[in-house]
Amino acid sequence: MGRVKAKGIIPGFGISMGITVSMLSLIVLIPLISVFLNMRGMTFAEFWHVITDKQLVSAYKISLGCSALAASINAVFGVLLAWILTRYQFPGRRLLDGFIELPFALPTAVAGIALTTLYSDKGWVGSLFARAGIKISYTPAGITIAMIFIGIPFVVRSVQPVLEKIDPKCEEAAAMLGAGKSRTFFKVILPEIFPAALTGFGLAFARSIGEYGSVVFIAGNIPYKTQIAPVLIVSKLEQFNYAAATSIALIMILFAFILLFGLNLIQARIVARSGGGE
Amino acid sequence: MRTTNTRTKNRRTKKTHRGKMFAALLFALSAFAALTGCSSKTAPTDGASSAAPPAEDAAPVSEAIPEGESLPASEAPVAESELKALEITNVSYDPTRELYAAYNEIFAKHWKEKTGQDVTVTQSHGGSGKQARSVLEGNEADVVTLALEQDINELVTGGLIESGWVGEFPKNSAPYTSTIVFLVRKDNPKSIKDWDDIVKPGIEIITPDPKTSGGARWNFLAAWGFALDLYQGDEEKTTQFLKDLYGNVTVLDSGARGSTTTFVENGQGDVLLAWENEAFLSLLEHPDDFEIVTPSISILAQPSVAVVDEVVDKRGTREVAAAYLEFLYSDEAQFLEGQNFYRPSNPDILAGFADTFDLNLKLVNIDDDFGGWTAATAKFFADDAIFDQIYKQ
Repeated sequence: MGRVKAKGIIPGFGISMGITVSMLSLIVLIPLISVFLNMRGMTFAEFWHVITDKQLVSAYKISLGCSALAASINAVFGVLLAWILTRYQFPGRRLLDGFIELPFALPTAVAGIALTTLYSDKGWVGSLFARAGIKISYTPAGITIAMIFIGIPFVVRSVQPVLEKIDPKCEEAAAMLGAGKSRTFFKVILPEIFPAALTGFGLAFARSIGEYGSVVFIAGNIPYKTQIAPVLIVSKLEQFNYAAATSIALIMILFAFILLFGLNLIQARIVARSGGGE
Repeated sequence: MRTTNTRTKNRRTKKTHRGKMFAALLFALSAFAALTGCSSKTAPTDGASSAAPPAEDAAPVSEAIPEGESLPASEAPVAESELKALEITNVSYDPTRELYAAYNEIFAKHWKEKTGQDVTVTQSHGGSGKQARSVLEGNEADVVTLALEQDINELVTGGLIESGWVGEFPKNSAPYTSTIVFLVRKDNPKSIKDWDDIVKPGIEIITPDPKTSGGARWNFLAAWGFALDLYQGDEEKTTQFLKDLYGNVTVLDSGARGSTTTFVENGQGDVLLAWENEAFLSLLEHPDDFEIVTPSISILAQPSVAVVDEVVDKRGTREVAAAYLEFLYSDEAQFLEGQNFYRPSNPDILAGFADTFDLNLKLVNIDDDFGGWTAATAKFFADDAIFDQIYKQ
């Protein structure tokens, strides 16, 4: 025992690990496990019937499709936003920087109602699109916009620190070696920030799949057309059918887990490759 | 850019640091706002605590409960309990907000006159089913005043309320009723008069989802009642009628208030299927924008009230909780309910509101026409029942 202790350079491993494990258990693990306990007494056939329901499958498609689109848009615009915030000085930059987290801070219902009003065919922005015959609120486009709104901070805040840390010398070196601006960006900067952008993408994606509060207002909620999966969970709860609600939740957790796990794998590979090159 | 040296870089990181602090501050502020928002919802202005000794004022609400609990146990003399301010919680559904805000005042006055004791009623509002679940999961409500009998029955199943609560108060424990009407745009541009007008192609309907909203079930059943009468009991044709109706629905919000917002604030749709009292409230707010159309047949919606037995026995508040619901039937309260656009259950007082309500409206009701909520739910709203079939492709 004494030898093990002597090995640690930083003291306090025992206590910090203890706190971490108990916090994780109380806040993450136990609630997650209790989710599964809600499914007690459900046979596999019942479970299968619930999760393969046609209406639910179409809701998953809408949720996943819109989330993927929203996260992709976020990945592009989030990087752009982070770029502007770290590379340029302009009036109001700090204010803009502070606004990035607002989608986290704002109650989602408030965001949802505001977006719906703005993008409905009678709203400021929506009426412009309505003239071109495009409806946004109450269509999948509206769902995507709400998801972009809640997801953008993930990408910006993942990419920003990495961009800040890139040594200007690398860019200088690239320029000295004759690389143009776009080449410098794609060959020098992008590889550096790509893993971070991927993290942001994954987080935004996972968050969007489960988002209820803001999306529910802007989605028209018509079955098979604009109904998202979380609404069906609420629908099952409304019928006091906890087991069915949990089954749907389980599938959603599974989607999010596979997604994040997959992205982690890709990332690990990228890091290993770039690490080997250095 | 090339001359960017460590100094500017430092400044940059400092700035982002400040930016983050600013954001954190914003977050803290909004979290604080949310918290105060919550607490103001659950614990309204002190009011009644003025009679309590100053030491009590400082004590948190949660400590006041065990004290109340100890009263019956120690058989405290009545005189002593009279000095203590009482607090009860009424868990209700969305559209009753305005009604109970007004009713709590007249009840507090009535209780003070009767017993000399102050009483504060804490209000909570939300979707009816969600509210029932919150009580089931430990939200300590002394009384519940919900949109559906069925939501209260869930509390019976959960063991919080004794069965037979329906008979505890007059008129099936429904002190006021309401019905489903149409809210249309000013001057009724699509000339909507009755249910068969809104199933026509090109009409856009706004109504909430019966799977997630208690109120929306009344809408569905009212339409069913009309169509069944129209087709003289042919259920197949009636189902087709409902299919056409929901085919015209452009936004199926998850709750009744959401639908009202969609129709009133966001300008969607030609007709909103609404609770009568909600329709009147919208009209009150925007008198120049809307009209109410009463169809030929609608449904008698009976929002139910009940004392939550387990909670009042634990807190020793049965007497005041029962009085709170009983007083809803008094002339004064019935009049107030009428003023808040609920139909009073007392026929004499209802007659006084003949100018407001269409009293000739033919009303189907849940017990006689649908065999009660349990049967209606199983037939229409359970998974794969008629409502799901309507949307099946």
